[in-house]
Amino acid sequence: MQRSDYLLRKIGFAIATLLVVVIFNFFLFRILPGDPVKLIIHSPRMTREAQERIRVTFGLDRPIWLDVEALKTGDLPRVFDTQFTAYVRNLLHGDLGISFATRRDVVDLLRERLWRTVVLIILGEVLAIFFGIALGMLAAWRRGSKLDTGILLWGLFTWAMPTFFFGIILILLTRGILPVGGMSTPGLRPDDGWVFWKDVGRHLILPTLTLTLLYMSEYMLIMRSSVVEVLSEDYILTAKAKGLSTFDIFRRHALKNSMLPMVTIIALTLGYTVGGAIQVETVFSWPGIGRLMFEAVQKRDYPVLQGSFLLLAVSVILANLLADLLYTFLDPRVKPD
Amino acid sequence: MSNQAILQIKTLYKHFPVAHTVKDRLARRPHQVVHAVDGVSFDVARGEILALVGESGSGKTTVGMNILGLQVPTRGQILFDGHNIADWAKGRLRPDGSPEDLGKLSRRRQIMALHRRAQMVFQDPYESLNPRQRIFDIVAEPLEIHGLVSNREEKQARVRAALEDSGLVPADHFWNRYPDELSGGQRQRVVIAGALVLEPELLIADEPVSMLDVSIRAEILTLLQNLRLAHGITILYTTHDLATAGYFTDRMAVMYLGRIVEIGPTIEVLKAPCHPYTQALVSVAPVPNPRKRRKRMILQGEVPNPIQVPPGCRFHPRCPLAEERCKQSDPPFVEVTQNHKAACLLL
Repeated sequence: MQRSDYLLRKIGFAIATLLVVVIFNFFLFRILPGDPVKLIIHSPRMTREAQERIRVTFGLDRPIWLDVEALKTGDLPRVFDTQFTAYVRNLLHGDLGISFATRRDVVDLLRERLWRTVVLIILGEVLAIFFGIALGMLAAWRRGSKLDTGILLWGLFTWAMPTFFFGIILILLTRGILPVGGMSTPGLRPDDGWVFWKDVGRHLILPTLTLTLLYMSEYMLIMRSSVVEVLSEDYILTAKAKGLSTFDIFRRHALKNSMLPMVTIIALTLGYTVGGAIQVETVFSWPGIGRLMFEAVQKRDYPVLQGSFLLLAVSVILANLLADLLYTFLDPRVKPD
Repeated sequence: MSNQAILQIKTLYKHFPVAHTVKDRLARRPHQVVHAVDGVSFDVARGEILALVGESGSGKTTVGMNILGLQVPTRGQILFDGHNIADWAKGRLRPDGSPEDLGKLSRRRQIMALHRRAQMVFQDPYESLNPRQRIFDIVAEPLEIHGLVSNREEKQARVRAALEDSGLVPADHFWNRYPDELSGGQRQRVVIAGALVLEPELLIADEPVSMLDVSIRAEILTLLQNLRLAHGITILYTTHDLATAGYFTDRMAVMYLGRIVEIGPTIEVLKAPCHPYTQALVSVAPVPNPRKRRKRMILQGEVPNPIQVPPGCRFHPRCPLAEERCKQSDPPFVEVTQNHKAACLLL
């Protein structure tokens, strides 16, 4: 099979997966117990009529996916005029609805929050990837030494640690030195220029550190075992016999071959991290997607949840697609068939 | 040092420590070692093909690894062109000799200089090639590492020559491929090309055909033989297969449990084996003529554990001719004819 065929097929799979997610995403929140209108209404004195008007505003008066009444009376145009068709129609227009809680456009809300999460994740991931690979390699190189044991123990320890707990410990340890919540000190605005960005940088330190240490442990452990495995291959011995130094063996043979499992793991974690930062963002009050989701769950804010789940699904699917495609380029043994 | 010998092995020992567990320590058991190579001596003349024959576990691969400095010998000397590799491998410098003396270089450069002149072909062509490198890069890598080529044309020319010398003709038909696109025989030719590209003086071929189909074994062996004819390469060929060793080697050394038990011209060793172990091996080697009946000498038991080597002659527990004295004294080498020696008390 040609590489382009393979590419098309993988993209096809990704699109199919996305469709399933879109459908599932709609019904998932309709199955959940609880009435969203009740949550919007704060005043117990609101009249029934007013409540009904709110329902109509949000389209919640319509049947979920099939108007059975209309089907019986033969009123065909109304049969599919349901919450589901409205959802799909809006989605195609790039409209994810309006937040129940804040009355704001979900797309705007997500767009505003996404870059904050992305900054946090990219920083954390890049650091984690860099140090994870470096320490994993170092451990494999000095296999069996005290350094190796130390790295191994540290990796297992941080990997096993719950994110929120780890974050709280870091807050305790750095109490008073670093800001522990939010993105910037209240009162400062982007117009303040350099002072503002320096402040944001300081606020980034703790959440980034938490993310880095957590992801790093996984990368470190997997890189270590991957390198150890590759180093036991015969072609490493061949390389040694050809006269390559340890450094060259790592650079030319061991590193590339042990990066294969890493590519998968990194691509997959990248997909999950968009939502995976929920705990970190919550602990450090970082106003990103994760915290948005956390708040939306508490307030039963369906449109926001739907929107962020969709975003999450898209990033996971894209990351998987990326891993698949990267693999065919990185490993000649992966035949596209 | 004789001008003839490119390689001299003098009472080489290689012992591997056995893991000493807490249980061993509690039971006050002494540290134990695997006697992989236990006092091996032999010379290889320039341009000669020597077969090192032995069962698995006899230590023949270990000898090869020590010669290339891939392992550090426990004791003994390995003189490659007069320079003691055993010392380099330990990181000891020898600041003496002529201006060209390898001994003056740093350890790393000594090992480089050694690998520039001595190369190895490994047993398993399915494992010994990096799956992510193209054939061209695999063969060109030694040139780059040793800084032997200055431009792309020169590199291409040498890679082409190495591949075509190894029987991969035309070279450009192969060099853009990855190892998994080639057959076992072709892969082994790539491995050989990767060793040849440096134009080494010594080639250690560690069971180069044991993983290949019988039908292509002869081709690879003929290739090795032709390399000697064309380039005068010295070859140390290790194998467990007497038939392939008899096919193209000049001399043969038979190893048993870390020792050489018999060494001599190949034809002589095969026609008139002196050591009971060699006799047993020769008697069970298949012959093409089915009518030719021979008395087979089937050995009983297994090769003893190399951790606890039997006292006296290490072959005595399995030797059909063993006498009482074989259990006590370690047999010295006896010269049977000129150049043909065996270590057996009965000679």
